[in-house]
Amino acid sequence: MLQVESLMKSFDDFMAVNGANLTVDKGEIVAVIGPNGAGKTTLFNLITGALKRDRGRIIFKGEDIGELPPYEICKKGISRSYQIVNIFPRLTVFGNVQVAVLSYQRRSSNLFRPAQGIAVNETKSILESMGLSDKEKSIAGSLSHGDQKILEIAIALGNEPELLILDEPTAGMSPEETQATMELVKRLANQRGLTILFCEHDMDIVFSIAQSIMVMRHGQTIIQGSLEEVRNNKEVQEAYLGGE
Amino acid sequence: MFKNIIHSKWFGLIAGIFILLFICPLFAPRFFVYILALIYVTSLLAMSLNMVVGHGGLFQFHHGVFYGVGAYAVALMLTKSSIPMWFGFIVGPVVAAIIGLIIGWFCVRLTRLYFGMLQISLGSLIWAIVFRWYSFTGGDDGIHGIPMPSLISSLNSSYYFILIILVICLILMYMILKSPFGNTLQAIRDNSQRCEAIGINIKRYQLGGIVVATFFAGVAGVLFVVLERSVFPDLLFWVLSLEIFIMCLLGGWFTFAGPILGAAITVALRTFVGRYTEYWTLILGIILILVIFFLPEGVMGFFQDLFKPGTKKVAERGKG
Repeated sequence: MLQVESLMKSFDDFMAVNGANLTVDKGEIVAVIGPNGAGKTTLFNLITGALKRDRGRIIFKGEDIGELPPYEICKKGISRSYQIVNIFPRLTVFGNVQVAVLSYQRRSSNLFRPAQGIAVNETKSILESMGLSDKEKSIAGSLSHGDQKILEIAIALGNEPELLILDEPTAGMSPEETQATMELVKRLANQRGLTILFCEHDMDIVFSIAQSIMVMRHGQTIIQGSLEEVRNNKEVQEAYLGGE
Repeated sequence: MFKNIIHSKWFGLIAGIFILLFICPLFAPRFFVYILALIYVTSLLAMSLNMVVGHGGLFQFHHGVFYGVGAYAVALMLTKSSIPMWFGFIVGPVVAAIIGLIIGWFCVRLTRLYFGMLQISLGSLIWAIVFRWYSFTGGDDGIHGIPMPSLISSLNSSYYFILIILVICLILMYMILKSPFGNTLQAIRDNSQRCEAIGINIKRYQLGGIVVATFFAGVAGVLFVVLERSVFPDLLFWVLSLEIFIMCLLGGWFTFAGPILGAAITVALRTFVGRYTEYWTLILGIILILVIFFLPEGVMGFFQDLFKPGTKKVAERGKG
């Protein structure tokens, strides 16, 4: 579904991504791991069009999407959530998700129909599956950090993505919240038949839900493979898992 | 939507205010009626600015241009052409929206302060053209004694005309802000990066917002001509643009009706304090400083907080 081939991106002299390779098959849950500064977030920014690549190819469903602006990439079926909460703080929780649903349904430019009556069922069903129904009228900026991170994912679901990219979905969460969130992600993947690409620091989480793992270091892909392959790889053990 | 408005607890209050304003000319002195009408015109202008500034998050620094363009368009139509007068009234807002589209098309390519700087430059260009082109626009003399349809030629009848158009525009603006388009525009203001990531072409929506806002500024320009029967280049000068910016700030960016309050405060100060001293802007400045320090959400925003506690906290978190 998604292939990234020898992707490169530099900021001035710093090579943030320097030869990343990644394959994501339909229906798969793929994790990207690597130490801080390995280029995981930059990789996600390149795939979703927030940054422009220098070299390499990003193929989604057989088409190179490397030159498309973010909103076009989203329309192709890729949605993402952010590591640092990136929501609409002044809108209600309902409004946050509805904006995405309206955009997906191409109804955002409707000028005179009141928005409260449009795309209500779709929005509510997303909020329900994310467990945010009881907070739908709250202003998003007033939610707790954990709930805002959940809302992050809910907004991304508003676009009915085929590929959902989650950039550290549990950053800043308590262990209990982390557990619950990953359960939720797993359930979503099953229910909606989503393909998920995520990055995460907690190795227990990664090894418990990912089917394939890609390891990055200094902007470079060391290996992508099954859990066993990654666990047994010498280079990974030295570089990252601390050579258990 | 109308059901919602009618059932809201504010409906009685709002309806009461409008009834009072409607019967005002029956007993109020002429001067007072004139000032009220001026406040309506200025309110509409400030509200149109707030659509892009408060709700759209765009630094539309030189919004007065579109007010002036609307006013000049109708003034030129009524004095230099023989088209039916009422038709000339429609030309004003349409021309303002077209100029808004052209200037906006360039400006949305830039962001934030750069957007504002380019907007000031292009707007000042239009001011310079109007100011210099004596044979067509009358230069710094402007155009005076513009003929009006007899139906709205007296002060009282023009007062009613302005009030009715204002109410219609307020309803339209309210509908637009509550529509998917309005919500999307506010989402772009809150977080443009995220909007792109959910499939929204932000430049297109920002340009759309500018066109709508400049259309309403054009309507305000037409109403100014109805009230004053003259136009002059000051209508397009940046000082006026700054003034309406201040009105939005005074009333509250994020409220619907705030700019009306801001316009009323500013016009009243200019009229009643301006009578005693030409330094009335000094008082405006002091009020502005106090508002910024103590009511950062504007006067209207402050009252909203009183009745709907909880929104203030959001504003503080939203900044972070």
